[in-house]
Amino acid sequence: MNGEASSPVNGIRQEAFKAFEGMEFPTIKHEEWKFTNVQKLVKNHYSFSQETKLSADEVSNAFIEGIEGDRIVFINGIFSEEHSSISASGLTVKSLAQAFKENKDVVEAHFGQESNLEESTFAKANTALSKDGIFIHVPKGKAIEKPISLYFLSDAKNEAIATTPRNLIVAEENSQVTVIEVFKTIGENQSLANNVTEISVANHAIVDYYKVQNEASQASIIDCTKVIQGKESHFTGTTISLKGDIIRNNLDITLDGEHLDSYMHGLYLLDGTTHVDNHTAVDHKYPNCHSNELYKGIVDDKSRGVFNGKIFVRQDAQKTNAFQNNRNIVLSDDAKVNTKPQLEIWADDVSCSHGCTIGQMDEEALFYLQARGISKTRSKAMLMNAFAGEVVEKIKVEGLRTYIETLIEERLHA
Amino acid sequence: MLSIKNLQAQIEDKQILKGLNLEVKPGEIHAIMGPNGAGKSTLASVLSGREEYEVTGGSVEFDGKDILELDPHERAGEGLFLAFQYPVEIPGVSTTNFMKAAVNEVRKYRGQEELTAVDFLKMMKEKMKTVDMPQDLINRSLNEGFSGGEKKRNEIFQMAMLEPKLCVLDETDSGLDIDALRIVANGVNQYKSKDNAFIVITHYQRLLDYIVPDFVHVLHDGKIVKSGTKELALELEEKGYDWIKEEVAQ
Repeated sequence: MNGEASSPVNGIRQEAFKAFEGMEFPTIKHEEWKFTNVQKLVKNHYSFSQETKLSADEVSNAFIEGIEGDRIVFINGIFSEEHSSISASGLTVKSLAQAFKENKDVVEAHFGQESNLEESTFAKANTALSKDGIFIHVPKGKAIEKPISLYFLSDAKNEAIATTPRNLIVAEENSQVTVIEVFKTIGENQSLANNVTEISVANHAIVDYYKVQNEASQASIIDCTKVIQGKESHFTGTTISLKGDIIRNNLDITLDGEHLDSYMHGLYLLDGTTHVDNHTAVDHKYPNCHSNELYKGIVDDKSRGVFNGKIFVRQDAQKTNAFQNNRNIVLSDDAKVNTKPQLEIWADDVSCSHGCTIGQMDEEALFYLQARGISKTRSKAMLMNAFAGEVVEKIKVEGLRTYIETLIEERLHA
Repeated sequence: MLSIKNLQAQIEDKQILKGLNLEVKPGEIHAIMGPNGAGKSTLASVLSGREEYEVTGGSVEFDGKDILELDPHERAGEGLFLAFQYPVEIPGVSTTNFMKAAVNEVRKYRGQEELTAVDFLKMMKEKMKTVDMPQDLINRSLNEGFSGGEKKRNEIFQMAMLEPKLCVLDETDSGLDIDALRIVANGVNQYKSKDNAFIVITHYQRLLDYIVPDFVHVLHDGKIVKSGTKELALELEEKGYDWIKEEVAQ
């Protein structure tokens, strides 16, 4: 990105680059990366943010049909004006590179501001190497009715591609916006997306953020999404992971005000050798807030699901309501799940609960359906659908919900 | 309709059924009674095709077909229905969707056309009446949070929907109060015809006041040791099962 040499933004990036030169990416000895080995990913040779052209068909094949609203397309990490449609009025949607020049005040107020972002090597690498990303600015009091879809496409037809999208979403006071983020690799070579998204949800604002990860089987994503919420705001983060090589999602939410609601929903439906690791953290800093997390997973073949959910309740955060639930079904002997809730509570007047389960298919339920004339395959699919449905039914964008339902249906009947 | 010959079955190497014989003809109601552990529920499980039971001898023919060779869903397709002693709660599967899938799978198996949405709903409304099934139960997830009586009503409702030839009621009376028992029995009596048959498995005689059997069989130690008419059930109620055991021992 092309910030002014003297700007604080540029200062942050230079610092990060220096740090990156001696950077060591985590090994499985690192507590936070115990179950997810990224060494094979970072040692691979990629072409970084290579400019390339995709045909209209290649791009539109990646689109989710039935979702209204604007589509923003990035190809190999670079904003593609040609394939994007920006028609929503009253808000700013543009490439972050452009916003650095044109919306300096807002960008500087929010870029890289969130605490502990630079603790992660991947986030540091992103800050150092990122060329572009999306900038969405929803002004005070403005409600955007249709969702904004972000498509991050990697063209890996000729070579392995790495991208480092850097996104900034700012919802000002009392505004509302829904964003859908899709990563898709085109071509047979490997891809690695090292993505960082910062989301600022101001007082009374409502933000729904969806991640759809139905990647190519040789495509990996390391995602870091940092959310900061002001008082009486609502944030819902929904992460649907269906396919990829290694996917690591870091979702950190800072509850920076009173009386706010924060929801984290996740579904991972894995087969083959797909590895999906969800690390979430919610930090209750003020009293009277509510956070609710539900992640569900079904793992088959040799796939693996990892869940780590942290809840911090600071001393001042009295009357906190924090709930967390992670439930898993393991379908094969070679599939694995690791789940770990981590609650750190310093306040004394709080209501917190967490639960995690790892189990097999309910054989009694399966037999019950079969005894009513439904074949074993279809009975299994019905039960899996019911299990996943608890997360899917929370998706508010109808077109997206239908799309996810169709994918699940296809997966379960395969 | 059903012909069970010398049926032997085991679970985890424990022999439960040790040569059971039973003939059921259309229009008949057979009650199977017996003390705990006699093999009553095993019989229901083997007929419906539970995997954990292994048939080690004998045969079961249903309308001339060897049903032991069939998968559980195929047996349902053939017209066998098991009302579960403990109906399973399945969160996230609505009763309506489940019923629709089941009815249409069974129709397909029988070479009938699938029902349209309208016809299906019409049929549901009709059958719901037979067991006083309230709409709000139908709207909920299958059996989830249902009371014991509601679950058993749901079983009889499903039976009416799937139109089986042979119904096996596995201790349908267990845990039912007298009102629920009457509703369930009433549903059974409405469905009963000269073309279908029932095997009513029960520990107690009370159910048989409402569903009147043509034959009563006593199951003991994996075999039917005594058969009679409904008077036998009254005798068992009065005297318990010990005299049967003694009779067998002689």
